[in-house]
Amino acid sequence: MAKVLMTGNSAIGEAAIRAGCQCYFGYPITPQNELTEYMATHLSRRKGCSFVQAESEISAINMVYGASVAGVRVMTSSSSPGMSLKQEGISYLAACELPAVIVNMSRGGPGLGSIVASQSDYFQATRGGGHGDYRTIVLAPSSVQELADLTHHAFELADKYQIPVIILGDGMLGQMMEPVEFKHEAPEELPIRSRALRGAKGRPSRIIKTFTSKPAELEEINWSLYRRYQLIKREETSYETFLVEDAELIVVAFGIAARIAKGAIKNARANGLKVGMFRPITLWPFPSAKVEELANGTRHFLVFEMNMGQMIEDVQLALAGKEEVSFYGRPGGVIPTPSEVFRVISRLYYQKGF
Amino acid sequence: MTEVIDEMNLQERAIGIPPPGCSVFAYYYFDIDMAESAHGRGAAVATGIKRAFPEAIVFTYQGDGDLAAIGTAETIHAANRGEKITAIFVNNAVYGMTGGQMAPTTLLNQQTTTTPYGRDAKIEGYPIKMSEILALVEGTVYIERTAVNSPANIRRTKKAIRKAFQTQIDNLGFSLVEILSPCPTNWRMSPLEAWQWIDKEMTKVFPLGVIKDITGEKDAG
Repeated sequence: MAKVLMTGNSAIGEAAIRAGCQCYFGYPITPQNELTEYMATHLSRRKGCSFVQAESEISAINMVYGASVAGVRVMTSSSSPGMSLKQEGISYLAACELPAVIVNMSRGGPGLGSIVASQSDYFQATRGGGHGDYRTIVLAPSSVQELADLTHHAFELADKYQIPVIILGDGMLGQMMEPVEFKHEAPEELPIRSRALRGAKGRPSRIIKTFTSKPAELEEINWSLYRRYQLIKREETSYETFLVEDAELIVVAFGIAARIAKGAIKNARANGLKVGMFRPITLWPFPSAKVEELANGTRHFLVFEMNMGQMIEDVQLALAGKEEVSFYGRPGGVIPTPSEVFRVISRLYYQKGF
Repeated sequence: MTEVIDEMNLQERAIGIPPPGCSVFAYYYFDIDMAESAHGRGAAVATGIKRAFPEAIVFTYQGDGDLAAIGTAETIHAANRGEKITAIFVNNAVYGMTGGQMAPTTLLNQQTTTTPYGRDAKIEGYPIKMSEILALVEGTVYIERTAVNSPANIRRTKKAIRKAFQTQIDNLGFSLVEILSPCPTNWRMSPLEAWQWIDKEMTKVFPLGVIKDITGEKDAG
């Protein structure tokens, strides 16, 4: 189909419907309301589909849990303070091996924070976020087109691994308009998972639960999750590289920060500085092997985030001391400009004697 | 409940949501599909299941802490949306699994481990009457309070559960049966004393009977 001009939030909604999302449950919070509104307009009246504006984010994520129990593709979305409330349900989804897609168009924190774009939820998204030993797949798009593509991919991954998948965007990606092309048509038949609870008809009854009074049983559940996480780590990392081949300095950035960094890098290249970029698209699993591969012993890494330094820990873990890592960040919803990041890059470039 | 599910031939359609707490193992006693829920979120989970699969007969089994404290919002709003689900609300005026702490429905002057001097309205407020509150919510269709402290009351409870499920089968809206239930262990009573305490004390605050029934006025939605 031809490209259409859409906000990031609406593009997620359209991509979700085309991925066969049957239920959406949400609670209004800025800056992701256009997504909830899109689903109210476009999903609620579709045959077999359901939209509920829940009474809270906690209710919304538990409705997601219920719909996933019943075997349909289901999504919720929120922004940072709302994501904190959803963590209880995400832990249960992970524990019960239930797929779901959860969108966080993140904003400035901590606390009520601000309503503008920020990347300060990296730790929460990539370390599980709620109680217990679990992970979620975390996808970090950096354009409206990628929001649409990764939304579709998120539903596929969720079903493939029976795991909640988080799309970590930000207020700016959600609000900005860009041309987007949808590569999939909505399915005629909505998919139903085979492991679902749909009544014990023609088969023995099923229980979806984690609670057990036997520690060894729960240990086995944890081992089983761990094995799946190892598989996901091996199979599902994705990233983008930009002008890294001859780069002396590699900027590592994700999401909207990578867009800003790219502008700065183009400027640096125009000034003769050998600068490239590494952009993880999966934040969990983090593409550590590729980061390690980029380390040749003479390079310098600059991690740039719209927070006080969260992804830098994964970069340092991947490099294991093999290269020096610097950091530049702006927290609280401040959006740095490409020229600001260019100044940081060129200062560091000369300081390091490249 | 299981008898009603059997008699109404619902085994192949029923999806139950047991609570955390001392009834969590309910899923071992019902030969139907069941899914664990977080504390208080039963009505939200039931909403999700029913919205995704409207042919199911979805019920929650919730205690007083679950339905009337931590899950108050979920309960009231699911009821207000008129979700076609059924709540079985077991009120024993105490937190059982955690060892006998105050429940939202603990009576005034009742001693619990967190009201060791008796529940004082000035400090802990009053026993909350969820069924009466829910009767004011427009999405509810059928609410009855029963008890299980005598064979006659158990028969009445079964009849109420049957009617609640029928309300859902007929697609009329939210139904709830509140069941006053003894907890001799945490009440520090013999089973017989606990049965008598329900009659003597609990029913004064939580009177038995049909609290709301507009099944005759409702069209299937």
